[in-house]
Amino acid sequence: MHMPDGLINAPVSIGAGVLVAGAVAVSLKKTKGSLDSQTAPMAGLVAVFIFAAQMINFPVAAGTSGHLMGGALAAILVGPWVAVLVITVVVGIQALVFADGGLSALGINILNMGIVTVIVGTLVFALTMKVLSKTKSSIVAASAIAAFISVPAAALAFVIEYYLGGNATYDPMTVLISVVGVHLLIGIGEAIITALTVGAILATRADLVDGARKFLPKEKLIIKDSVVS
Amino acid sequence: MSSKKLLVIGLLASIVIAGFLSFYASSQPDGLEKVSADQGLDVTAVDSANADSALADYGVAGVENERASAFLGGVIGVAITGLAGVGLYVWLREPKSAETK
Repeated sequence: MHMPDGLINAPVSIGAGVLVAGAVAVSLKKTKGSLDSQTAPMAGLVAVFIFAAQMINFPVAAGTSGHLMGGALAAILVGPWVAVLVITVVVGIQALVFADGGLSALGINILNMGIVTVIVGTLVFALTMKVLSKTKSSIVAASAIAAFISVPAAALAFVIEYYLGGNATYDPMTVLISVVGVHLLIGIGEAIITALTVGAILATRADLVDGARKFLPKEKLIIKDSVVS
Repeated sequence: MSSKKLLVIGLLASIVIAGFLSFYASSQPDGLEKVSADQGLDVTAVDSANADSALADYGVAGVENERASAFLGGVIGVAITGLAGVGLYVWLREPKSAETK
């Protein structure tokens, strides 16, 4: 999902960059000093884990692979504002240090993988939790659904950006169907990885999962041997 | 589990994923690359200005052994992201005075 340079024209790339800069500025402001000594390290850990997990491309169809985006995962683990910062850090390092994703495309890549996925993931998670019982397994299920939807949503964002500023002549309908279609498949992988990760942390330290805090009663959040930690 | 233990386990898991498992990742193009190629969107693509950098494509320039190169690339990536994570921690942590309330 890391777009190279040259695909989308300068105005749309710059527009996305401005949007991302604004979102990062607001996220920084909203989150300064907002976490305690237990939850603050989670942001860095989630960034490291998503960086690592994004390196694992899994096959999805003939000659095609996909990898985790992590926006929904980060949003559920550390909350949407911190999640924007986390994915910005990851996608920024990938482009600047590892030449994965173009430099002028960085704004668009952060917008798609770090802001669209966080917003859609957060909304779908909240809506799903509204109809489910407030249990740990519901949180895992809602995480999977949120992650699944977030991937074709990011793909749809690319299709819109390409429609606005794509440099090649192309068939919009075919691109829409194929980009969103293949990302529905990749979304299944995203859902599995997200559910496993959220499930593992819920089982050990549910109190560190931002998305779980408002749904689980206090005694379910704190696991016995971790009360004093 | 203490949050420290969770951090250590998470870090170790990330190193294993980025350093070892990444070598076995699919090398097929991802969904966007595939469609871009199939639909001719990539005809205008240009190499990133830093495409020749020492760590481009998660390998390390000059390391001949592919497995070693991939391992180093992954571990260096985890280390750099970890440093950024420390920066995030400093930004996000509430001031000491608030914590001892």
